[in-house]
Amino acid sequence: MSERVAVRKTYKLFIGGKFPRSESGRSYLVQSSNVSLASRKDARDAVVAARAAVKGWAGATAYNRGQILYRAAEMLEGRREQFVALGIPGDEVDAAVDRWVWYAGWADKLAQVYGGANPVAGPYFNISAPEPTGVVAAVAPERPALLGLVSVIAPAIVTGNTVVVAASATEPLAAVTLAEVLATSDLPGGVVNILTGAITETAPTLAAHMDVNAIDLTGVTDAALATDLEVKAAENLKRVLRPAPADHDWSVDPGLDRMTALLETKTVWHPKGV
Amino acid sequence: MTATTTSARSELSELGRSETALRTFLHGLPGVDQVGAEQRAAQLSTRSIKTTAKAQAIDLAIRMVDLTTLEGADTPGKVRALAAKALRPDPADPSCPHVGAVCVYPAMVPHVAEVLRGSAVHLASVATAFPSGQAPLEIKLADTRAAVAAGADEIDMVINRGAFLAGRYKEVYDEIVATKEASGDAHLKVILETGELATYDNVRRASWLAMLAGGDFIKTSTGKVPIAATMPVSLVMLEAVRDFREATGRQVGVKPAGGIKTTKDAIKYLVMVNETVGPDWLDPDWFRFGASSLLNDLLMQRTKLTTGTYSGPDYFTLD
Repeated sequence: MSERVAVRKTYKLFIGGKFPRSESGRSYLVQSSNVSLASRKDARDAVVAARAAVKGWAGATAYNRGQILYRAAEMLEGRREQFVALGIPGDEVDAAVDRWVWYAGWADKLAQVYGGANPVAGPYFNISAPEPTGVVAAVAPERPALLGLVSVIAPAIVTGNTVVVAASATEPLAAVTLAEVLATSDLPGGVVNILTGAITETAPTLAAHMDVNAIDLTGVTDAALATDLEVKAAENLKRVLRPAPADHDWSVDPGLDRMTALLETKTVWHPKGV
Repeated sequence: MTATTTSARSELSELGRSETALRTFLHGLPGVDQVGAEQRAAQLSTRSIKTTAKAQAIDLAIRMVDLTTLEGADTPGKVRALAAKALRPDPADPSCPHVGAVCVYPAMVPHVAEVLRGSAVHLASVATAFPSGQAPLEIKLADTRAAVAAGADEIDMVINRGAFLAGRYKEVYDEIVATKEASGDAHLKVILETGELATYDNVRRASWLAMLAGGDFIKTSTGKVPIAATMPVSLVMLEAVRDFREATGRQVGVKPAGGIKTTKDAIKYLVMVNETVGPDWLDPDWFRFGASSLLNDLLMQRTKLTTGTYSGPDYFTLD
């Protein structure tokens, strides 16, 4: 009997709930694996998928979104060993699961903390409620590859945004595996789209794209590139999250900022009547 | 022109005189190789059209669009807005060409005519009890005359599929002839509704029938049944117009309609036209797209090519 040949995984992109190869057909060698090298068109396709998913995801109840995110945390926990095998420290996987659960809990609480009734000088009810911005493009930090990625994706989607995220270029395997987690957790296709490859190629396209509403530059380390991306983002007044400092500690309590930065406040004036 | 072609021509023009001759001819057309047609269409979809060729294709596709609204909810205001968009699809870019035509229901023709008057954009109206075609002939003809009188210079008629599928080819033929007469100077587009014809052989027969009866254009679909224009169906129709011109010398246009929503799709069709019938048909006079949402995608792609950044649906009108 011949010796069994191992079946190796093809690391592909995650767009619209599917795992396509790069439209360009390119891949690059990293972490001893061939990983898809996303092109400008892949970024464009990912934005189209993210835009298509906005209506359903932003329209879902906050409670439902929280449940789905919690489900994703369960799946993540179940694949702990797989992440460890990819070289992610066990502590980091645990922290990523906890981070995901923490954000999941905020789904139906943020509106109470961040919104509310405003006192006004007149016979009106005046209510402010946070609403999702729409399509968010994000550059995940190079490392920690998993915790950093989770810390970028979870706060964006928990409030009803959809994201296109450029994963760590040097450690992309955890991102592709996270995509498999998300694909099996009831998350509608297109809510999270993950691109692997060179940030210098995908980020400028995303920053300039007129159908992207916000850009999170957290993982951009090159100051000149960050400036260029901000300039591009200004064209349609995208919300911009500046790059995280190089010594940022991802294990500490992230606070609400990452969620609230990607929200629009809707304020309603309502006559009190009788 | 050789003697054989001339005699073939006169033979073809005689066909409409008898049911038997028509049936013998239509059933004598070679059958369509279904797998072959589908593979050929799939193969033609793989061409990569980039940069300047793409820019040219997009502008050509815009000029070929029959900007269509055929809804029960159409209002004079909505069709006027659509007509304004037809004249200047991208108000931000004066170099953007106008579309081929606006296509509406007969009742909306006067409102569109007001806006399009004096422009090069054609005004198409569906007629003959669109989309089913299930009405007495007098009503269909009255429908047609009313549309022409109101200002339509192109008539999109539907064939009588019930009669066609029952094998009453002469009846279908006579209806087309009568509608052509009722249309007067207006161009006649004959909608085959290929989604209801079931086989490619039927599509080929219906194409020939429509051309023999004097149709200026053959159009795939009404857009009102689940299966609209597909690449293989359009391929069969393109082959029919090519063979018809060879046999008779008369050129007939083709209009796929329904389901073509993206620039990529449109470019696939243009490739197929070029490869099947040649550049003679790569002109809005001979090839049109029946579409509504396609135009916005073409405009977004055009903006991408001119500005370098991807645009979004927020920057273009909804209809």
